Order: sequence, then C-alpha cells, then structure tokens
Amino acid sequence: MLETNVPAHPSRMGGAARGEIALALGMLCLSSVVLWQTLEIPVSPIYARVGPTIIPMITACGLGALSLLLLVSAVRGGWQTDEEKEYTPDRVALSWLVVGMLANILLIEPAGFTVASVIMFTLAARAFGSLRIARDAAIGFAFSLSAYIGFARALGINIGAGPLERGLESLFKLI
Amino acid sequence: MDSLQHLASGFAVALTPINLMWCLIGCTLGTAIGVLPGLGPALTIALLLPITFKVEPTAAFILFAGIYYGAMYGGSTTSILLNTPGESATIVTALEGNKMARGGRAGAALATSAIGSFVAGTIGTLGIAFVAPVVVDIALKFGPADYFSLMILAFVTVSAVLGSSAVRGLSALFFGIWLGLIGVDLQTGQARFTFGLQELLDGVNVIVVAVGLFAVGETLYMASRRLSGGDEIIPLRGSLWMTKEEWSRSWKPWLRGTALGFPIGAMPAGGAEIPTFLSYFIEKKFSKKPEEFGHGAIEGVAGPEAANNASAAGVLVPMLTLGLPTSATAAIMLSAFQSYGINPGPMLLTTQPQLVWGLIASLLIGNVMLLALNLPMIAIWVKMLQIPAPILYAGILVFATIGTYGISQSPIDLILLYLIGAVGYLMRRYDFPTAPVIIGMILGPLAEQNFRQAMTISAGDWTVFFTRPLSASILLLAFIAVAGPKLYELAKARKSDPALAKS
Repeated sequence: MLETNVPAHPSRMGGAARGEIALALGMLCLSSVVLWQTLEIPVSPIYARVGPTIIPMITACGLGALSLLLLVSAVRGGWQTDEEKEYTPDRVALSWLVVGMLANILLIEPAGFTVASVIMFTLAARAFGSLRIARDAAIGFAFSLSAYIGFARALGINIGAGPLERGLESLFKLI
Repeated sequence: MDSLQHLASGFAVALTPINLMWCLIGCTLGTAIGVLPGLGPALTIALLLPITFKVEPTAAFILFAGIYYGAMYGGSTTSILLNTPGESATIVTALEGNKMARGGRAGAALATSAIGSFVAGTIGTLGIAFVAPVVVDIALKFGPADYFSLMILAFVTVSAVLGSSAVRGLSALFFGIWLGLIGVDLQTGQARFTFGLQELLDGVNVIVVAVGLFAVGETLYMASRRLSGGDEIIPLRGSLWMTKEEWSRSWKPWLRGTALGFPIGAMPAGGAEIPTFLSYFIEKKFSKKPEEFGHGAIEGVAGPEAANNASAAGVLVPMLTLGLPTSATAAIMLSAFQSYGINPGPMLLTTQPQLVWGLIASLLIGNVMLLALNLPMIAIWVKMLQIPAPILYAGILVFATIGTYGISQSPIDLILLYLIGAVGYLMRRYDFPTAPVIIGMILGPLAEQNFRQAMTISAGDWTVFFTRPLSASILLLAFIAVAGPKLYELAKARKSDPALAKS
C-alpha cells in the first residue's frame, strides 16, 4: 500500500492547489465574519454565564481552526484526486444556469411563478445542451403551470401569483 | 407483549382509507424520486414540509415515511440499471448490481434487491416496534447534560467518522450549526447573525438549505460536467422471477444484511455506509462463489441492499425516541415534528401513541406496497430513467423554487436558495459531505438548548459534562470514535515502519 502511494507524491508536491486555497480562504473569511458578528451580539449581564454567545463563539473558532487546517492541506497540494483536479468545469453551462436563476429572482414578483419558471426552465435546459427552445419552453410551461395549480389549489400555498395566474383564476371563476 | 398490542392499534390508524392513500402516495412518490438521479428523500420531504400546515401529523408522517422507504427501493433500481449511485449507501449495490445487469441478469438483480429490501424493511420496522420502548426506558433517565453529550456523539460520528475526511466533514457540520444559529435566540431574544435583515429574524428555513444544497447544488454540479460521459441505461433483461439457485443464494445475505444494518442504523451514530460495506465484505467471505464478486455476484446485491434498508429503519429509532436525527432525511423529519410543535423524544411514545404506532404500522404496509410497485411495475420506473438530462434538471430547478418561494413570498428566499446552491456546488466539487450541514442546522439549536439547560442546572459548572457518569461515558465514546482509528493507524505505522513514524 505504502509503496504504491509514493509515485503519486511528486505530482502533488508540484504546487499548491489553487481551487482549494481559494476555498479555504473563503471559509476563513466566513469564520471571521461569524466571529465579528458574535462579538456584536449584546449580552445582558443576567445571562453572562451561559449566554447567547457561547455556542456562536465555539462555532466561529471551530470554523476558523478547520479553515486553517484546510489551508495547510491546500498549500501542500490539496485533497482532490488528480482526475478531479484536471477536470475543468463547463463554464458556459454554469453561466446559462446563473442567468436562469437571476432571471427567476427578478421576474418572480412582477411576472409570477409560471412565467418566471418557464424562462428559467428554458435557460436551464439550454445549459444542459438542449437546443430545442420551443419544445423546452412548452414542457416548462406545462410543468410549471401544473405545479402552480397543484400547490396553489391543493395545498393553498401561494407560490407567486402573477398576471397570468390571476388571469387564469378569474377565467376559472367565470366558468 | 405490549408492543404487539400497540402495533395492533397502529394498524387501526394506518388502515383507514385516507391513511392508506397517503401511504400509497408516499411510496409512489418515494420510488419515483429514488429512481430519478439528482432527487432524494431529504430534498423531497423538505419540499413537502409546507403540507404540515394543512394535513394532520399522522397523515403527514405516513407520507414522509413512505417517501423515505420508497426512495431506498427506487434508488437501487437506478444503481443497478444506470450505475449512478444516488447516495453513498447504494455504491455497493451499483458495484455488483450493475455488473449483473450488464451480464443480462438485470431482472434477478432488481428482484433480489426489492425482495431483500422488503425482508429487511419489514424486520427492521418490527425492530423499531420492539426496540423503541426499550430505548425510551433508558432515555427517560437522561438529563440535559447527557443529551448534549449524545448530540456531540452524533455530530462527531456523522461528520468526522463516516465521511472521507474528518476536517471536511466537521467543516460542513460547523457551517450547518452556524446556519442554525441565525435568527432570534429563543432564550434571550437577541438577534444573532441577522445582518440587520428582517427576513432572517425567524432564522434560515431548512427548506431553503436542503433544497439549495441538494437540488440547486446538484444541478450546478451536473451542468459543470455535463460532457463527462453519460452513463448508459442498461435495458431490462432477464426474468424477474429468480431461479431456485438465486433464491438459495439470496436469503441468507438478506438476513445477514438486516442483522448488520438495523443495529448499526439504530445507534445514535447512524449511517448506512458502514453496514452496507460490511455486508458486502461478509458476503464475499461467506459466498461459495467468491470469484463471481466483481463480475456480478447476486450475494453482493442481496446483502448490502438489505443492510441499507434495515439501517434506514434503524435510523428511525433514535429519531423517534431521542429526537436525534442521524441522517439528512431524519433531520428534515425532525423539523416537520417541530413545525407541529411536537417534540420527538422519550415522551413521544406516550403523548402521541397514535402517531408513532400508526407510523410504524404504515411502514409495514408501505413495504408491501413498495414490493408491488417495484417488481411488477418496474418497467414504468425504468421509463423515468429515459427523461433527457436537460428536461430533468430544468424540472428539478423549477421544483426547487416552488417550495422556497412558498415560504414567505420573498425573493430574498430565492437569493438565499441560489447562494446556498452555489455553496452546495463547491462542496460537491471539493468533496465535502452535505448531510452534516442539515444535521448541524437542525440539531445545533437543540444541542445549544441542552447545553444551556445543563449549565443552568449546574450553576455554570463546566465539569458537569464529565462528572455525570452517563454523559462522561458518551463523551468518551465520541472521543474514541474520532481519535481511535487515528491512534490505531499511528500505532500500526510505528510498529511496521519506523521511518514513517518520524514524519
């Protein structure tokens, strides 16, 4: 077991792993924010002994210590397997998804659930390589509208009524 | 026995038409999401949490439990036919099951896994009925300090022992605990980590976190590597009727797998990975044809699949009797209890006998339904595997927003959902386990509550956790669980290789 591991080492020592370092640093930032926010919690003297800050403090320290350990490991070459390291994520696909999510956030209030969902559905399908935009939009429409009706009608949960949903609602009432 | 009497009354609850309907919906939905890659029971139950406002608790838990069991059955179908284990516990099933399917014996692999799941699920569920009252008797002696130590044990085993790396597991756990701390502190009324946002005063909703990590994170991850060789679906071949030889090679592994899975699952440490792997190695050892292992040995499907389902049943024991979830799904179920204002714990069996025994009875009924759903009707589920990836993941993403936006009709929740999705993507990419986030988030506040109660009782004396015998022994166990394997390795390395001991 030990022998077989040796040849793998030189490639790992070749350099620090950039992705892992960024991740560890990000976590270090998070732990400092947690620490700073913990110090901001006002503590009434009555509760001073087992107040609201003890567990947050432990959490902040835990996160900090763990991110330092991760940082050390990252500088030494990281923990990802070589195969995983060499893989470059498909940035184009990720961008389509991010655009879809942003559109969803911006549209859900003005346009309502169905419209916002159809647009996100189509963009997400595009991210996964589908080029049949009309088909995707049609499937997305059928899916979102039935989900909306299912939740809004059966469970009475408002998941975002827009002009389209209100229009349909009044249409139903007319019939 | 007492348990049998209770169980009979449980059947009276579970056999009402309306509860049978919930059970059937749960089992069907569970199988469907188990079959679909990218969806899991934790995510599905999280999305359905809003029904706790509409439906009475017994019905809701029958539905959730059906999903929980159903996903196990469905997941093995995907492992066998697609070789994409949805969760780590089904890796082993994929190992041998996929080889069997490639060899034209998909039918037998699916049959042994479904029947094995049925056997293990039924025995495991009966196990809950008989073990839970015993655990309750012990649990009634627990004080806050003991509970806190028990939670530490669960935290440690779930994050540091079971995963591939203790540091990454604990990082996920602490991140989850932090998410759980956000909001108003119930004891002092102080706002914590809300960054001045009104929306965060009630805390971060577990739906947002579960859906973000599991659905959005998974979608981002799959998109980022969509070109890295899709797995082919192996067509359903081979008879679903097992031959005499297959039966005789299956039944012992089922029972052995159950015997491994249930006790390990029922421990406050939980985890289905250990029993499934143990079962695999044991079957390899016991098998009369060990040379078949790695090329599609039926024992390698039967044993681990039974172990997986038995441990899923086992996990319900600490969840119901101690309020201690040891898997992401159990953690979400615990939050469903919370949203009803019910506290799972030793008192649950006496305060909510209808709920608990109805649930156990409906799990037994659900197992029968699942066997019917997963064997004669298998062809329908196989069709679901043919949904093209663009449609599947676009659908998952839209599905994710339903549960999220419904919480408070605020785009802030959607922003939070996508941010957590991005975190989930990074965690997936850099090999962090996600279940500890959910467990930390649900169990963290409970641990804090017990910690403060214990400290109040002891008048601020920190040593209380070490001077109470029960608490001290649990903490010792936790310490052994973390440090034990490392110390053992170190000792072994020192013995066998003096050069390595220095480094």
